[in-house]
This record gives sequence, C-alpha cells and structure tokens, in this order.
Amino acid sequence: MTDSSRPSDHFDSSAARKGDDRVVQPKLGPIGYLRFFWRQLTSMKTALFLLLLLAIAAIPGSLVPQVSSDPNGVIQFKANNPTLAPILETFQVFTTYSSVWFSAIYLLLFVSLIGCVIPRTRHHFDALRARPPKTPANLQRLEGFTTRSSPAAAEAAIAVGQQLLKRQGYRTELYTINGSPTVSAERGYLRETGNLVFHSALIGVLIAVGLGGGFGYTGQRVVVEGYALSNSLASYDSFNPGRFFTDAALEPYSIGLDSFVPTYDDDLTSSSLGQVLDYTANVTSTLGGGEPQKATIKVNEPLAIAGTSVYLLGNGYAPVVTVRDSDGNTVFSQPTAFLPQDANLFSLGIIKIPDGLKQQIGIRALFYPTAVLTNLGTLASSYPDLVNPELTMEVYTGDLGLDNGRGTNAYALDTDSLTQIAGRTADSPTIKLGLGDSIDLPNGLGSIELTAIPRFVSLDVHHDPAQVWVLIFAILVLAGLVTSLFIPRRRMWITAVTAADGSVGLEYAGLARGDDPGLNAAVSEIAGKHVDQLGLKVES
Amino acid sequence: MTENFVLYSNIAVYSAMAIYTIAFIMFTLDLSRRSANVGATAEVGATIRVGQLASAGSTDLLERVDSSATAPAAKGPRYLRAAFALTAFGWALHVGAVFFRGFAAGRVPWANMFEFTLTATAIIVGVFLLVQVWQDLRFLGSFVVGFSLIALGVGTTNFYVDVVPLPPALQSAWLVIHVFVASLGTGFFALGAALSVVQLLQARRAAGKAVGLKFLDTLPAADKLENLAYRLIVVGFVFWTFTLIAGAVWAERAWGRYWGWDTKEVWTFIIWTIFAGYIHARATRGWRGSRSAWLAIIGFGAVVFNFTIVNLFFKGLHAYSGL
Ligand code: HEM
Repeated sequence: MTDSSRPSDHFDSSAARKGDDRVVQPKLGPIGYLRFFWRQLTSMKTALFLLLLLAIAAIPGSLVPQVSSDPNGVIQFKANNPTLAPILETFQVFTTYSSVWFSAIYLLLFVSLIGCVIPRTRHHFDALRARPPKTPANLQRLEGFTTRSSPAAAEAAIAVGQQLLKRQGYRTELYTINGSPTVSAERGYLRETGNLVFHSALIGVLIAVGLGGGFGYTGQRVVVEGYALSNSLASYDSFNPGRFFTDAALEPYSIGLDSFVPTYDDDLTSSSLGQVLDYTANVTSTLGGGEPQKATIKVNEPLAIAGTSVYLLGNGYAPVVTVRDSDGNTVFSQPTAFLPQDANLFSLGIIKIPDGLKQQIGIRALFYPTAVLTNLGTLASSYPDLVNPELTMEVYTGDLGLDNGRGTNAYALDTDSLTQIAGRTADSPTIKLGLGDSIDLPNGLGSIELTAIPRFVSLDVHHDPAQVWVLIFAILVLAGLVTSLFIPRRRMWITAVTAADGSVGLEYAGLARGDDPGLNAAVSEIAGKHVDQLGLKVES
Repeated sequence: MTENFVLYSNIAVYSAMAIYTIAFIMFTLDLSRRSANVGATAEVGATIRVGQLASAGSTDLLERVDSSATAPAAKGPRYLRAAFALTAFGWALHVGAVFFRGFAAGRVPWANMFEFTLTATAIIVGVFLLVQVWQDLRFLGSFVVGFSLIALGVGTTNFYVDVVPLPPALQSAWLVIHVFVASLGTGFFALGAALSVVQLLQARRAAGKAVGLKFLDTLPAADKLENLAYRLIVVGFVFWTFTLIAGAVWAERAWGRYWGWDTKEVWTFIIWTIFAGYIHARATRGWRGSRSAWLAIIGFGAVVFNFTIVNLFFKGLHAYSGL
C-alpha cells in the first residue's frame, strides 16, 4: 500500500529498508555520502527532531523583547542588562525570528519536507493507478470477518457486491481465488492525498510569506485632523520596504483625516469610566487623480485602497501652539503630536522653535485632557476626553542642535546644553495654559497661546501582494489536515464460496492502515446491505 | 440588571465549584475502591495485534480494538456513577454561570482572564462529558474535574474583574471564533494529556516497575490508552490549527499584520509545533509509546503555560488579561 512511499523509518512502513543506510556505509563515495546525508535529512526522525528543535528555538524570542515587535523594549532591556545584552546580541536573540540559527532550523525542516513530499507524491500517483490487490486466500484472519449466506449465485452476488462497494466510493477489482469469485476494494486514497496537500501547502505558506515580505512594504504616518497622508516615500514618518521593493510599488493616493471620533464610557458610576468603547476615523481618500471619497477606518476595519490596507493603530492629541514674537508676529502655529502616557491620555510633547525668535526655544510640554489636582499636588488626567484641558510647559533656550543633527528626534529634547527659562528650576514658573489662553514668555521673547486641540491618529499602510496566497495555503493546510486525519484508508473484500451442496456462502473482511476504529462496523454494514440487495434481486 | 446577572453568574459558579468538589472526591474514592476490588473487574480493551499481513509487497500492522470496550458502559461502580452525575449537574450550573456572565456583559463571556477561565473550564468539562458518548473515559474524572476546580479557584480569586466593555481591538467576530475554538482544542488536549499520564503509569507497571496504584488494573492497557489519546489529540490539533489561522486573520484586521511574533503568537506556534511533533512521533520508529506520551503531556503543559504565565508576565500585544 502507501507504506512504500513513506519515509524509510516510518513506523508503519515495511522493515525491508531498515538496514539500508548502515549496510552501504563503508564504501561511500562523495555521491554516496550525499545520498546518505539526504536520506538522513529526509527521514522521519530528522523531521521530528527539527520540529521539536524549532519549538525550543522559538522560546528565547518570547522571553526577550524583539526589535521587530517591541523596539523600545529592546532599548530598555539593553539598558537594564548591560552585561547580558551584548551576549544576547551576538546570538541575535533580539532578532530571534530572522536570526541565522532560527532560519537554519526552519529552512532545514523545509528542505527535509520537500525531500519527503516529492517521492511520496510520486508513489501516491502510482498507487492511484494501481489495481486493488488480490484478495487474501484466508479472510478469517482479517478484521471484521463475517459471513452470510447468499440467495444468489456466486458470480451474481459478487457483481452486486462490486456495485455496492463502488457506490460507497471504493475502487474495485474482480479476482478468482481458489476457484471462488471475489471482489477486492480499496478506498481512502484521499487520506494520503490530504497528507501530501497538507505538507505541500506548508511549503506554499512559507514561500508566500517570503514573497509577500519581499515585494511588500509598510509605512507609518501620524496624521492630525485636517491633514492628509499621501502614499509616497517622502510622506511617511517611517517606512519599511521589502527586499525587492521598488518605488513603482507605491500607488499614488492620499487620505485626509476629516475627524477622529473616540467614544468613551461616560457613565460616572461605572468602574470602566473613561474606557474606550469605539474609535472612528472619518477620512477622505483620493486615488490618483480621481474623485475624493468619504470612508471610515476603525480598529478592526482597515481601509482597503489601491492594493494596500490602511490601519488605525494609535491616536492622541496634537495641541496647536501659537508662538508670537515680541512684535506680535506669528512665528510658529502648528499642531504637535503628543505621545499618550496613560489610558486617560495624559500626554507628553516636545516643541522646537529654531527660527523667528531672538533665541531658539525648546519646550517640554505635558498635556492633560481632563486636568485634576492629585493629593500630591501634581496634575493628572482623570478622563481621556477634553473636559478640562490643560497644557503645562517648561521652556528652554539655547542651541537646539537642529543644524548639526543632534536634535533630530522629534520626540526628544536634549536639555543638557539648554537653559531653562520657565519651569521648576527657572525664575519663571512652569507655564500653564487652558484652551484659548495666552501668556508672555520670559525674557521678553514674545507670547505663547494654546490655540486649538485637534486629535491625531497614527496610520499604518501595508502592502503585501502575497497575503491572499498565505490565506489560501493556510486553508489548504487545514483542509489537508482534516482529510488526512479523518478519512480512513481501507480495503474491503467479499468472496463468494460455493459449497459442495451448491449453497453459496459470502465472506466479508476488511483491512485498515493505522487507526481505524470504525472498520468493524463498516464491514458488517457492507455485509448487511449486500445481503439486503441480493434478497431484493432474487425476489424481483 | 447587569449587577443581577453578575450576581447570578457568581452564585452559579461558586455552586458549581462546590458540586465539582464533591464530584472530585467521589471520582477519587472510585479509584481507591477500584484498588480494593482489583480482580473483580476484568481488564478492558486489550489490543490484539493481528500479525503482519503480507499484501502488495508491504506489511501492514493491524490494530484490532476490542469493540466491546469501546461501547460506553451504561453502568459502573456506584461512586463513579454518582461522581459523573454530580459533574453533569455541576456543569449545568457552570454553563449557567457562563451564560449569565455573557448576558451581564452583553457579549461573549471570554474577554478577560477571569471570563476566559470560566468559559474554557466549562468547555473542558463539556468535552469530557460529551466524549463519554464515544468512549467510557470516566476514569479521567479526577483529573478533569480537579484541573477545572483549580483553574476556577485561581480564576475567581485571582483573576476576577467586573464586567467592562470591550476595547476596540476585541470588537470582532474573530473574538468569538478564535477563542472558542482554542478552548475546544484545549479540552481535547487536556483529555489527551490525562490519558497519556495514565498510559505512562500503565507502561511502568507493565515494565515491572512497582507503581503502587492498584486501580490501574481496572483501566485499559497502555496501547489502548495511547490510541485513545491519539484520537483525542488529533481532534485538538485540528482545532488548534484553526485557532492559529483564525488568530492570524484577526491579527491582520486588528494590528495590521497577520504574523508578528508577538509573545502569544509565539507560544501558540510552539504548542502547534509540539503537537505536530507528537503526531510525527507516533509514526516514527522508536518514538511510539512513552516518548510520544511525554510529548502530549509537554504540549498540554505548554497550553497551560501559555494561558497563565505568558498572559500574566510576558509583555505583548495580547494585553487583555484585564488585570
Ligand atoms: C514543516 C514541518 C512539518 C510539519 C509542521 C508537519 C506536520 C505534520 C502533521 C500535522 C501531520 C499529521 C497530519 C497528516 O497526516 O497530514 C503530519 C504527518 C506526517 N508527516 Fe509531517 N510535518 C512536517 C514535516 C515533515 C517531514 C519533513 C516529513 C518527512 C520526513 C513528514 C512526514 C510526515 C508523514 C509520513 C506523516 C504521516 C504520519 C502518519 O502516518 O500518521 N513531515 N505532519
């Protein structure tokens, strides 16, 4: 049966090939070694070993933050573990899943898999074309053996039996054994087909994942209400192209954020006061030179546009601060995205104004959408919506380093070489502004106003041309698995023996490969049906 | 209204736990009674190996499972029957608790660790009860009910949270499908692991190593247990495969990528790989028997680890424990 197509050490396979490897070992030439190595690699034991190794190799990446999923975590981990971190770095533990050793394991596993699937597929094709084998002479020894007496003659009974088996999906073949006509039937070829589909589809998943990553890209962009993202390299805050990415893959479009509408639990008696119930981003998308279209993006509902998906991944406030010089001319007036620090959107922002004032100024600002005074006398936010917004600012002067690249991180302000002019360590206190408030800056620099408090969202744009193939192969994996695990591979035999007195006895038996708890029942069902039909035949 | 439903749910779960406790004691008493009565009960389910059949040039190993042993025994020792009936009764209350929690929340009751514990244990016990239709596995009662009791105990005391609305990332039909199927898979893995434990004990006993557990005489032999475990675990494996795929589909919707090696994804993958290893082990010379049984136990250990330690102490996107 299919056993011959199994790996040589498959538990159920014939033992004939067991000794092969060892016997030929002494006189191995280079080819021989290759063949020996290949046979080892594609053996069931190796597959098992590599599978278990893969499971173990995946563990470190779950214990240590990964660059891909948690870059800040990696930085923090390195700071906290100065001695351990370099060692882990050497072994690529911060990038476990693209590391040399992890890749080596799964690539070997897949080479083994391919080496396993190809010969088995060939054998399976042969098996599909082969006739069901001769009926064993002695059915008594077999599974579910049962007998009936036949109302019909031997040949006729077997012909009916053959039809019955065919209708149940068996492939059949007639033989004559010791002068008795017999039908030999086999079914469940789908079991092996399913197994092969399963393993091949795994390869398909791997290839599709690889191609999708190679040709796709992801880009992130913070968009404030009233502003837009455009799908071009220059527009993204960060952009990760695949290995084979070219600019041509970027379809031109833009997505403007009309409004971002969060819904919070505002039930004052509820323990979940302030919890997010819903996020909706109302956007206008424009494809190429086409008509603008209104759409919404939600957390579980990305926007599909031009072969990309646009996801709503983060949000917060982007206060608009207006700074005027001592003559009242506006030198700065734009939103700055603040990084949320807690569930009530207490947020942190850095504002840099290199030009227009007598001195460069840098501002470290804290924003409280619903400011409350805590017992400690500090401010906190008690609700994520704008009930009592307050912006507090510490203002620094000095060289912001924007020219020499030192201060290029928009979310950080290196205050070492700066002088605080308003704040805890300065003569002037920390500046506090409500919405619409304006206050003079120290040193006659000018004034500062909290003009508006729009929201921002961070949008992720993904393009993965092979994603749908990953899904298709994944579904094939599942389908192949179910087929191969639950379709029984069976043989069934019916032999009609004519006794000396002319009466005809029918013998039934089956044979299964592997676990098949339903075989006994299947044999007696066939016997029952067969006799019923014969009965009808004789009557009519 | 919500408070009432929460209250009903909590009353129901505590009652269920009380009944499970009695059931657990009865199941255990049954095992000890079996030890006392060994010899009276015949060993069930011997596997008869029907030689090797030379056909079409290859050999097949046939396994004939004694069919009389596969029929669920309608009766059984008194303690066992009482324990089983109590489990069924406790389960009804348990399911009631799950439903009331769902009514209270106005959504599926598995959005945080407490709710997940509540529902997943109900599914595990449910799988245990239903599997009896196919096969009399009541001797696993101590294990299943004991396991669920511990989980419920930890869940109600350490994980309890009030009903809160779903965060947007969880507002998806995939929450319903993905988590439910994962729990179903867990139920089958649990039974498979339990059978594997008994299998290991039987194998030790058969190897002549003294295992002071006389009740083993009344349980199926190691071979039979191994086959039963295998059949349950492959069902669990299909569910787990589905869970993995559904999780990836959901991650694509919610987080913008179908796979990102988030800690929870990593562990789901590890578990899947261990059980794929288990299935291969069963087909690999030298790995059938005790070694594959260990894989089944390690696999289930990883499932429990994934739900407890990974949820509570590992950092990742799946921060939905609610704690
Ligand atoms: C990516 C690695 C692999 C995975 C995840 C995997 C997974 C599985 C699973 C889940 C099954 C059971 C379902 C079925 O029968 O279709 C299975 C069966 C099987 N696999 Fe693999 N496999 C892998 C690699 C291999 C390799 C390299 C070989 C060849 C040596 C192999 C040979 C087999 C065989 C012969 C069976 C049938 C076992 C039986 O008769 O019970 N697999 N595999």
